[in-house]
Amino acid sequence: MNNVFVYIELEGTEIADVSLELLTKGKKLATQLNKKLEAICLGSKLDGIEKELYPYGVDVVHIADDSRLTPYTTLPHNRIVCDLFEKEKPEIALFGATSLGRDLAPRVCSTTGSGLTADCTSLEIGDHTDPKTKKEYKDLLYQIRPAFGGNIIATIINPDTRPQIATVREGVMKKEIADATYSGKVKKIDAKSILKEEDFVIQVIERQIEKSKVNLKGAPIVVAGGYGVGSKDNFKLLYELAHVLGGEVAGSRAAVDAGYVEHERQVGQTGVTVRPKLYIACGISGAVQHTAGMAESAMVIAINNDQDAPINAIADYTITGDLNDIIPKMIKYYKLNTK
Amino acid sequence: MGLKIIVLAKQVPDTRNVGQDAMKSDGTVNRAALPAIFNPEDLHALEQALVIKDAHPGTTVEIVTMGPPRAAEIIREAMYRGADGGYLLTDRAFAGSDTLATSYTISLAIKKLMPFDLLLSGRQAIDGDTAQVGPQVADKVGIPQITYAEEIVSVTPKDITVKRRLERGYEVVKATLPTLVTVHSSAVECRSRNSKLTMKYKHAKTVSELQEAAMDYEGMMKTRPYLQITEWTADDLNPDSQSLGLLGSPTKVKNIENVVFKAKETVDLDTSEKDIDFLMRELIANHIIG
Ligand SMILES: Cc1cc2nc3c(=O)[nH]c(=O)nc-3n(C[C@H](O)[C@H](O)[C@H](O)COP(=O)(O)OP(=O)(O)OC[C@H]3O[C@@H](n4cnc5c(N)ncnc54)[C@H](O)[C@@H]3O)c2cc1C
Ligand SMILES: Nc1ncnc2c1ncn2[C@@H]1O[C@H](COP(=O)(O)O)[C@@H](O)[C@H]1O
Repeated sequence: MNNVFVYIELEGTEIADVSLELLTKGKKLATQLNKKLEAICLGSKLDGIEKELYPYGVDVVHIADDSRLTPYTTLPHNRIVCDLFEKEKPEIALFGATSLGRDLAPRVCSTTGSGLTADCTSLEIGDHTDPKTKKEYKDLLYQIRPAFGGNIIATIINPDTRPQIATVREGVMKKEIADATYSGKVKKIDAKSILKEEDFVIQVIERQIEKSKVNLKGAPIVVAGGYGVGSKDNFKLLYELAHVLGGEVAGSRAAVDAGYVEHERQVGQTGVTVRPKLYIACGISGAVQHTAGMAESAMVIAINNDQDAPINAIADYTITGDLNDIIPKMIKYYKLNTK
Repeated sequence: MGLKIIVLAKQVPDTRNVGQDAMKSDGTVNRAALPAIFNPEDLHALEQALVIKDAHPGTTVEIVTMGPPRAAEIIREAMYRGADGGYLLTDRAFAGSDTLATSYTISLAIKKLMPFDLLLSGRQAIDGDTAQVGPQVADKVGIPQITYAEEIVSVTPKDITVKRRLERGYEVVKATLPTLVTVHSSAVECRSRNSKLTMKYKHAKTVSELQEAAMDYEGMMKTRPYLQITEWTADDLNPDSQSLGLLGSPTKVKNIENVVFKAKETVDLDTSEKDIDFLMRELIANHIIG
């Protein structure tokens, strides 16, 4: 009872990274609350899947194995999750802020009458005193997220409803194995007895999902370009720098919108969050929506021809000037001085 | 074959163009400094409805919006583009609603408008980016949902086929009607205002707006009833008052902070070989690169 639950997102039988990231965070929250961590796996051919989850400190894996649960459709997954929550009364439930999680979580919250905070960038445990009633609440989940287009950071709480439900984007939390030898137990869900005919009014006729080609999150060095790069052609310079340094290329939303670089490479509030050793921002002004996705980089170099660009405020090194002038010099020095 | 289509639309502050005066010194949002616009993805939803209306004569498209009295503006805007009319849900009791209280209130209005064939909404509103209200209304009305629609491939009186845009691909799904479809910004843009319709609906008003206007609209409404935008207050919806507004909102804002950057110690360089060589040497020496 009152444990921390994470909905595990599956593509076939492959577990989404975001779910493992949430388990990592969920374990910390559960430990702090002195509660257990439980995972929910709905799909088909899931034999042995629990073994991939235990190392994250999962105590209980709830598994519903039924061919009708893959590919995902809203109503059957909603039915099973709500039924489980009804029985298990979670304290906290976390979903990925993916197209799947953002389809399912609102529906679950509507059914259970719980509050939901989308796209949290941070989750913490804390107390609260209601300013009007002076009622005290212990150990609430602080759901922290940017709001109003990123211009403010809001801390949201659900004092009176349970579970406290939040979604978090992929890459925002870190993924870390808690204990490779950790072991929990499996609880089977009898999907057949729970699901109803009317849950299957939506049929998936066709599905094309590609594997992600770029691994921005894992790259130690990210060379990011913004609108200031000026063209798709000019981006080649960034690819060259990334190539010689052994990094990946990323872009701001303005660069993505202008078609200079693919959407998959967008960094920021509505893109990927990265924490590389080195982030080189080229021709990026540094809007909060962008910095939300890179501010935790260990080192930031900003290349901008505007000395007052906001990105300079969070940079360790600023180079003021034209990126077309600067990047070739960096490449040249590197090639001459390393082998 | 005509369908009855309802489109959920919201008037939002234009958070994409936030200027310096958008935040007050106490860290709250200065709504007055932000222009109010038709939520962009709701326009995409409206377009999907209008495309169906073009293809299936007899189809009606109506807007439902919850908001302050001035939100009637977006109903008129939709009528200029081809919608037939709309419903404004406005009441002080709705103030402070989070997505759950909003979807509860909207669902009561939708139930009053039953039966209908298709409910459309935007994927998300730019003031919160939550993408919750659509699915939650669907849940409360008791209909299925298809989120992230990029294209309505086909529609018959019984079912609808939709192409959904996902992170790394797409999916085509078929559902029986009635259902909710939330529309993604990758769907076609909304058509612009039609000048004839703009003339026709220029004077469309809600009851409150009529009372405020000093002119004699009453006669006009009698001869041209299509100019009346329906206004519903809490009383018209017969709600459980515990589920409205702030009271009905499980989420509370504990704290709001302005985004401030922590100042870093910065080394400022220029484009000279000397500066760049210095930087690269430092990076290599500190094993950041190389
Ligand atoms: C809800 C919401 C979500 C958003 N999510 C994201 C997100 O996830 N990621 C994101 O990036 N943005 C996001 N944005 C957009 C964000 O607000 C900014 O508009 C965007 O980041 C700006 O991109 P930019 O810095 O590349 O372009 P600009 O702001 O146009 O900046 C270009 C910069 O390049 C410099 N420059 C020009 N020419 C050169 C040159 N030759 N050499 C060197 N420098 C040069 C200029 O001085 C300028 O600083 C979001 C916005 C909203 C409202
Ligand atoms: N107050 C409202 N009135 C009408 N529709 C709304 C309202 N709030 C949200 N919606 C609809 O729900 C969608 C998702 O909104 P949100 O959950 O706020 O991101 C929007 O694109 C609208 O179509």
